[in-house]
Amino acid sequence: MMIRISDITKSYKGVKAVDGLSLAVGDGELFSLLGVNGAGKTTTIKTMCCLCPFDSGSVEIGGFDVVKQPEKVKELIGVSPQETAVARNLSVYENLVLMGGVHGFSKEKSKNIAEEMISKFNLSKFRDMQAKKLSGGWQRRLSIAMALVSDPKVLFLDEPTLGLDVIARSELWDVIRELKGKVTIILTTHYLEEAESLSDRVGIMRDGKLLFCGKCDELVSGTGAKSFEDAFVKTVKEGKGE
Amino acid sequence: MKMTAFSSRVAKEIIRDPLSLIFGLCFPVVLLLLLSAINANVPVNVFDIEKLTPGIAVFGYSFLTLFSAQLVSGDRCSAMLIRLFTAPMSAADFILGYMLPLFPMAVVQSIVCFGTAMLLGLEPSVNIVFAVLLLLPSALFFIGLGVLCGTFLSEKAVGGLCGALLTNLTAFASGAWFDLSLVGSAFRKICELLPFAHSVYIGRNALSGNFADIFPDMYYVLGYMLAAMIFAVIAFMRKMKEA
Ligand SMILES: Nc1ncnc2c1ncn2[C@@H]1O[C@H](COP(=O)(O)OP(=O)(O)OP(=O)(O)O)[C@@H](O)[C@H]1O
Ligand SMILES: [Mg+2]
Repeated sequence: MMIRISDITKSYKGVKAVDGLSLAVGDGELFSLLGVNGAGKTTTIKTMCCLCPFDSGSVEIGGFDVVKQPEKVKELIGVSPQETAVARNLSVYENLVLMGGVHGFSKEKSKNIAEEMISKFNLSKFRDMQAKKLSGGWQRRLSIAMALVSDPKVLFLDEPTLGLDVIARSELWDVIRELKGKVTIILTTHYLEEAESLSDRVGIMRDGKLLFCGKCDELVSGTGAKSFEDAFVKTVKEGKGE
Repeated sequence: MKMTAFSSRVAKEIIRDPLSLIFGLCFPVVLLLLLSAINANVPVNVFDIEKLTPGIAVFGYSFLTLFSAQLVSGDRCSAMLIRLFTAPMSAADFILGYMLPLFPMAVVQSIVCFGTAMLLGLEPSVNIVFAVLLLLPSALFFIGLGVLCGTFLSEKAVGGLCGALLTNLTAFASGAWFDLSLVGSAFRKICELLPFAHSVYIGRNALSGNFADIFPDMYYVLGYMLAAMIFAVIAFMRKMKEA
């Protein structure tokens, strides 16, 4: 197992953002975390990225404990945060080179990877434009590309397609499909068709708890719903947690 | 390697922000010109260029706090810092990365300030070099204070506290352009609990070659510098744990 979460709980001033959640994700698997706003998806991702100390339980990435060996975990992961995260005064190219640099890559290597990402994400038009001058969707694409620079073993994509146009979204899906099998991916999204078409398994969260964890067709057949979306709605409305 | 990659990015952010350059470099120069012009017409002792220049140099450093606080706070508020916290960088990589590009900035500020003063009649001497060097701990204090403020404050609060409040505090509590005891001995005593006036005294003594007299002022400045640096490091490391 690449990711192993055991019974973690995280509260913010009385609000349980994550409540006794356990989850295991295999090597090369694409796992989507679904759930309504405030369900605890981002918080769960943060605990896996060494960004959020939790109250109890444990999280292991690639066999390393995120609390005891964060430096090892950080070597393995790439993160595209829910909010677009780019250095505003740096150009697209410089942003990508910076990500190589902060992972300890040589200048040469960082530059080569930056060029690779620019072509993969069709950013060549904007190569030398400052990030703050890009439109929101293009900043978003850059933000996602930056998560891939370090060639991570585990990739976290928190609502990657938020704010992307239809073309950009389908291009991003292609990029994700290309990574499938090679990279373990944790994805969150509010587009259910996206989760259905990309994921190996999905998890549905509500109030910090995992209500369902399994394959999409299992969810549909288990709830007796007509579609994935119906099954999702049913689970969230009726589910009391495992 | 990681640190140099990060600090070169920080340097780019500073250089590409024209406002910071204008404030940090031009504002002190303008003040120097203005106050010497006043001095030429109404001779006031404290406006003598030898006394004025170290004061203006220290005043200029207060903008270093604004820059460094803006950098850290801006990264925090824009999720960029969250992203960087997921990279395998140590606290030292971050803190040095933020601070190092500001050292040359401090030196350039001093050179511009003392250079302008020489054009206005400050006698060139090797003491100017010593003054610039002996003012560096003050610059470090301001830089550390900036990282500390940026770790806690929002971008808006940074503008108010480090921009408006601290620069004014530096201007008035340092005695850069008036004798503190003119306001009263209580005011002077309070000001001398803070590092600003001591920094100016160090600069003035260095400039006139009275190197023995830089103590105890230097103890105050070094103490404040260490405190600012230590608190900045502690605060930042705590932030890294709970982004
Ligand atoms: N920094 C924080 N301080 C206080 N409460 C927080 C903080 N971050 C999250 N929460 C709370 O934790 C809960 C879960 O939030 P989280 O961001 O994980 O939800 P989410 O599933 O990602 O939602 P969304 O779909 O809107 O992104 C919410 O109730 C939220 O208010
Ligand atoms: Mg979220």
